[in-house]
This record gives sequence, C-alpha cells and structure tokens, in this order.
Amino acid sequence: MIAIVDYGVGNLFSLKSSFAAVGARTLVTGDAALLRQADKLVLPGVGAFGDAARKLRQSGLDTLLQEEAARGKPLLGICLGMQLLFTSSLEYGEHPGLDLIPGTVRPIAEVIPEGLKIPHIGWNALELTGAEDPILHRVKPGDCVYFVHSFYARTEDRYISAVTEYGAKLTACVRRDRVWGCQFHPEKSGRVGLRILREFTCLEA
Amino acid sequence: MITKRIIPCLDVRNGRVVKGVNFQGLNDVNDPVALAEFYTENGADELVFYDITASAEGRALFTDILTRTAERVFIPLTVGGGINSIEDFDRVLKCGADKVSVNSGAIRRPELIREAAEKYGDQCVVLSADIQRVDGEFRVFARGGRDDTGIEAIGWLQRGVALGAGEIVVNSIDTDGVKGGFDLELLERVCEAVTVPVIASGGAGCAEDFVTLFETLPGVDAGLAASIFHFGEVKIPALKQLLRQRGIQVRIEQ
Repeated sequence: MIAIVDYGVGNLFSLKSSFAAVGARTLVTGDAALLRQADKLVLPGVGAFGDAARKLRQSGLDTLLQEEAARGKPLLGICLGMQLLFTSSLEYGEHPGLDLIPGTVRPIAEVIPEGLKIPHIGWNALELTGAEDPILHRVKPGDCVYFVHSFYARTEDRYISAVTEYGAKLTACVRRDRVWGCQFHPEKSGRVGLRILREFTCLEA
Repeated sequence: MITKRIIPCLDVRNGRVVKGVNFQGLNDVNDPVALAEFYTENGADELVFYDITASAEGRALFTDILTRTAERVFIPLTVGGGINSIEDFDRVLKCGADKVSVNSGAIRRPELIREAAEKYGDQCVVLSADIQRVDGEFRVFARGGRDDTGIEAIGWLQRGVALGAGEIVVNSIDTDGVKGGFDLELLERVCEAVTVPVIASGGAGCAEDFVTLFETLPGVDAGLAASIFHFGEVKIPALKQLLRQRGIQVRIEQ
C-alpha cells in the first residue's frame, strides 16, 4: 500500500487516480499510524513552500517523514513535495525544509535569461544525467513531462538524475538512497508520467 | 526547451459535447469522457472543458463528467464556463480540474482573479477573454461574446495578470469560425503586453495555421481549437509532425 500524505495542501484526486491507473493501491491520509504502516510514501504539494512546511511541522508529519525515510521506506516528493525534501527554500523569506537531501530551493529567475516566462509552465523534455535512478528506467531521450514552477532545487550533481532545459539546466528529478523527487507532475505527464509512477510502485518496499 | 501546446476544447451541455463530432472508432462521439480519452491518446497536450449548461441538473452532470475524465486522463485539464465565485473554483478543482478559466465572472468582479490566485496559486487561474475590434480598438465582450463591455482588451488582460492570472486565453471573435487563421495582429499586441503564457484561440482552419502562428509569434505558447479537431479536419498527430518538421518544438509521445 502506498500512502499519499494528506496535510491540507493541494488536490490529491489526480494523483490517486494516476496510481490506480498503474495498478497501485493508495490511501490518502494524514494519520501518523497509517503512514507508518504504509510500504511507500508520496509527498504531494502545490502552493507556497513556507505555508506547506509549516503545515507539515504543525501536524508533526515532518518528523514522521524524516524517521520513515531514515528507516529506508521509499518516499517520493512531487512538485512542491519534492522541494520540501531539501534543506531550505528562499521562496518569500527563508524556510527550513525536511533536509532529507542537502540543497536549497531558489528562484528560477536567478539562473534563466531575462525574457523567458516565469513560472516555467508546460511540457518540457527530460535529460537523464546518468545518475542511476530506477524510477527513470523507462524514460527515453526527448520524453516530455509537465512542469509548473517558479523555484528550482540547487543541489549536488550526484543527487540529480534528470534535468530539463529552460534557459538553464533546471533540476527535474532527484534521488538520494530511497528518497526520490520530481519537480514536474508525473500524474499530469501522460504515458511518460505513468511509467515513472509505475516504476516507483514496483520498487521493493 | 519548452514545447508548444496543442489544446482541443470541448463544449459540454447537459453532459454531452455540443459541437458535432465526426470520429471513426468512437462509439459515442458526443460522450465527453470518451472524446477526452481519444484526444489524450492522440497527442493533445491539455484539454479544456467548457460548461455551457444553464441548469442545476446540467451542472451536476458536468461535474460528474469531469470526475470521470480526471480518473482516466493524465494530462492537464482546464475547466471554464459559469465560474463566478471561489465556490465555483472549489467545485471543479475537487473534481480533478488543474486550472480554472474565468471570463464573464471576472469582468463582473475582477477581484475574483485575485481571490482565486491567493487561494490556489497563479498557475491555477486562467483569464479567458472574447475580443473583437470596435471603432479601431480591441474590446472585451462578455456572456460568450454577446455583450460589448466597452472595456479595452489589452488593458484588461494586463490588469488580469496584475491581479494574479497565470495564463491568458485570447479568443478573437473576428476570426472565430472563419477558419482563415489565428488573429495574429491581436495576439502580437497581447504578447507584447503580458509576461504570462498566451493561448491563441479562434480562427484555425488547417494545420498550416498553427505553423504560421508559432513561426510568426514565438511568444504564443499554445493553440486552442474545437471543431477542426472534432471533425477530424486537423488530426493532432499529423499536426505535431508538421510542426516538428518546420522546426517548432512539440511533444510527441513514444
């Protein structure tokens, strides 16, 4: 059973449906006991980093996620959920994250040329960096996924398994041990996105 | 680099797709869920569902269709039509919509854009405008293009972006239904005036019109159309191959 962490941020309907489409049983819950029982965890999120991080702290789910990740339970962060995996974010002030992967979340505007639109919205191609990542095994060169974001994660190259080109190489997928993150929305990325969710589903718990 | 999006629009009334549809291999061509799946399998980058229902029963049918579509279609879904309040945003987002398009509701009460952007984020709020030339200027029309509001269009779109709209749909009444190509003059003005993604609507009659659109105006992010896709006059896979041959980046699923 995959638990989708419900901490009052965003719409989890599509995420649940997309996992169902790849044959995964999911439970949407914010209940600590159920999250601890689950084989795998998915951390979704849309909106602002500071607000989401505060909600995780207030519910005590920040500690739970850190403990479960330390035990080696697979954890996948999506979009803002991916950004929350990092040490901190500079979105409207500086906010601490879960610190499961060392790095900071910074404005895209710092690295892309002027004139490109922000947010980075739409379908863009994944470029695999060569870092081993089992959830990307079925991604082929040129495969496109759907992005919506104004901030990106800056981290060490060894944690970055895919980037996307938008005036600069922006972090698209990260992995550290059993913690994964996708900046894009796999649940909105057609067949390519479903393949990634399927590979996550098939990981050994 | 980011790809140009091709977006079919489905007008739904009382649970059925309104404009005639002519597809082989679809048992029920007016079933919005089947049509949405068909388009998704055939390379659409996003879908727009437009609710043109007036009755409460029709509205309930619409949200049911939306839910069933979002269970099966895993590309972005934008919903418009009859969005006048935060409650309307809530209703369609809960059913699986990713973005909500406002038009007449925002003209009546522009603060709706700000309230929705604050609650759901800019990326969720699409400002759609029906625009027509009147006395040498571009005017915004309300109620499905029926009423001249007297509002100057470019200024309105800029105001909408300042209030928090994350994308703009420009529907040209002058070119809509004519099938003579997109309204490049209007779209150029809009692209110069706003910094958010611009979606062109109204006027596409053939695949070449999309090539002209993206070649002439690199600032346009997406092309939207309804009947030419529904009638199979333009098939999205062939359209995307053509765009790619002409050097325009598009998503082609493998």
